[in-house]
Amino acid sequence: MINKFSIRKDWRLIESLIVENSRILDIGCGEGGLISQLEKNINAKTYGIEVNSELARKAIAEGLNVIEGNAEKDLDQYSNNSFDYVILSQTLQAMLKPKDVLLELLRIGSKAIVSFPNFGHWRIRLQLLFTGKMPMTKGLPYHWYETPNIHFFTIKDFENLCKELNIVIEKSIGLTSSGKQFSISKKLSNENLFTSEAIFLLSYKNFEPIKLKSKQKTFVGNSIIAR
Amino acid sequence: MNYKFNIIDDKSLECKIVEFSNTNFKLDSDYILNNFKIAFKSFGTLNKKKNNVILVCHALTGDQYVTGYNPVTRREGWWSRMVGPNKPIDTNKFFVICSNVIGGCSGSTGPKEIDVNTNSPFGGKFPSITINDIVNAQNYLLESLSIKKLFAVIGGSMGAMQAIQWSLNYPDKIKNIIHIAGALKHSSQNIAFHEVGRQAIMNDNNWNKGSYNENGKRPETGLAVARMIAHITYLSENAMHRKFGRKLQSRDIISFGFDADFQVESYLRYQGRSFVERFDANSYLYLTRAMDYFDIVDKFSKAIEFPAIPNKHINYLVISFTSDWLFPTIENKEIVKKLNYFNRNVSFTEIETDKGHDSFLLDELELDFTINGFLESNYRKLESHD
Repeated sequence: MINKFSIRKDWRLIESLIVENSRILDIGCGEGGLISQLEKNINAKTYGIEVNSELARKAIAEGLNVIEGNAEKDLDQYSNNSFDYVILSQTLQAMLKPKDVLLELLRIGSKAIVSFPNFGHWRIRLQLLFTGKMPMTKGLPYHWYETPNIHFFTIKDFENLCKELNIVIEKSIGLTSSGKQFSISKKLSNENLFTSEAIFLLSYKNFEPIKLKSKQKTFVGNSIIAR
Repeated sequence: MNYKFNIIDDKSLECKIVEFSNTNFKLDSDYILNNFKIAFKSFGTLNKKKNNVILVCHALTGDQYVTGYNPVTRREGWWSRMVGPNKPIDTNKFFVICSNVIGGCSGSTGPKEIDVNTNSPFGGKFPSITINDIVNAQNYLLESLSIKKLFAVIGGSMGAMQAIQWSLNYPDKIKNIIHIAGALKHSSQNIAFHEVGRQAIMNDNNWNKGSYNENGKRPETGLAVARMIAHITYLSENAMHRKFGRKLQSRDIISFGFDADFQVESYLRYQGRSFVERFDANSYLYLTRAMDYFDIVDKFSKAIEFPAIPNKHINYLVISFTSDWLFPTIENKEIVKKLNYFNRNVSFTEIETDKGHDSFLLDELELDFTINGFLESNYRKLESHD
């Protein structure tokens, strides 16, 4: 869905967001390049889902735990909090129901890493403004009638959705079209113009676990159960 | 280990046979087998660490001749294209064992063998056999060979049932499981097809409640019909159409009779005829029944959720075929879903083919590629951890 150079860059950034020895699910893992990199570099325990059966088999043949499956149909087989991180790289815009998928990511994982092409980039805006045609860029090289990317959105849109769903944005990284990396923060008002790809680290409002000591048991939860 | 065993070389069957005695081996039916034998073949060499053993489990009508020459059929073994030197399951690397299931008819204890208590063939008096019994008997075999660990257990169809049963009975012995075209339970439709086959055999006048070996006349017609029915279920509509269409057999016009006018009829008749030469009708009854009784849905769930014996280390590979209507993808996927729900190591792929259930025995390059890659990369990992 996006050229090779930026995928590699994407992978490096994703790796930088992950703590060592984590359990990770990569949705749309392809041949398993990212997860095998994460196994090697940060000793992750990795799993993958890939919709293309040939790519899935290539990953399986590398000894990776990969199932052929679909992000919109097959996530229900994982139980709550199965993973430390669930990765959805450059795929959310290709989902039929991106909101549902986003919710699923944070059901099965404590944290989610989501990367996507920002449709609010100035070049895309200008293309639409001046040519009056659907924009095509290096990162989004498809004609409108054959693109797998069916739900375009901008950083602002994504941030608003997260807010609506009570999802906390723990970190967000922007990449300019020339590959320069910067941290997306509220102070910069023009981030939405210059980010060509965005990577978000998400979680639910992370309460500190409250330990309640009673005579018999210690309750651990993220809400106060009793006084 | 109170039992005794004796390994013999069987010249006529060109395989080894382990004769067990004093086993006190209790079957699911409560019948106690004190003496039994298992015929097996091995390929490749056992390495020093004894960590390269692969157990291949055969399907309903398979045998220990997984590869190489089969002296009974006088043909290549049933999975020769998969197992052998430089084949996907490479016997230059792995030590492959394949044994005939108990209840079978290629040298292991089954209905056609002599019951030592009566000195005549078991026939219809052979005890009912289950997949669990088959696997427990295989464990005797491995014990007799002093093999404590299996790098992988691999099987398709009834072989897949055995592979998954292995993960319940002896999970601590297994590293990897390749489960091809199987299920956690035998479906109602599958039981129905088996029942039709069994009725064909039991309604053959020669069947004689299973005691046909005494009068020498075997229920060949019944067994051939059973095989014809079963063979249809192993194919797919498309594959049949591609192979035969409505083509006529050795004639230009239809005969207005009940000869094998169509090629597909002639093919099925041939399949039936050649099957009776190599297979025992009683074995067919007992083994189809073993498959029918197979239902580990609850046991499997429990074993994964609350393992009595540790099983978290097992890597599962589940493979299904798009055109398999006997063990369809959805049934295979049940296993995957259950494993994923409890955070286990599982890989799954559905191979697109129109060759039906039999695909696992046929020329499927994607199957070869996946099995080979899975085995070799997991073996490399094992070696690098040691």
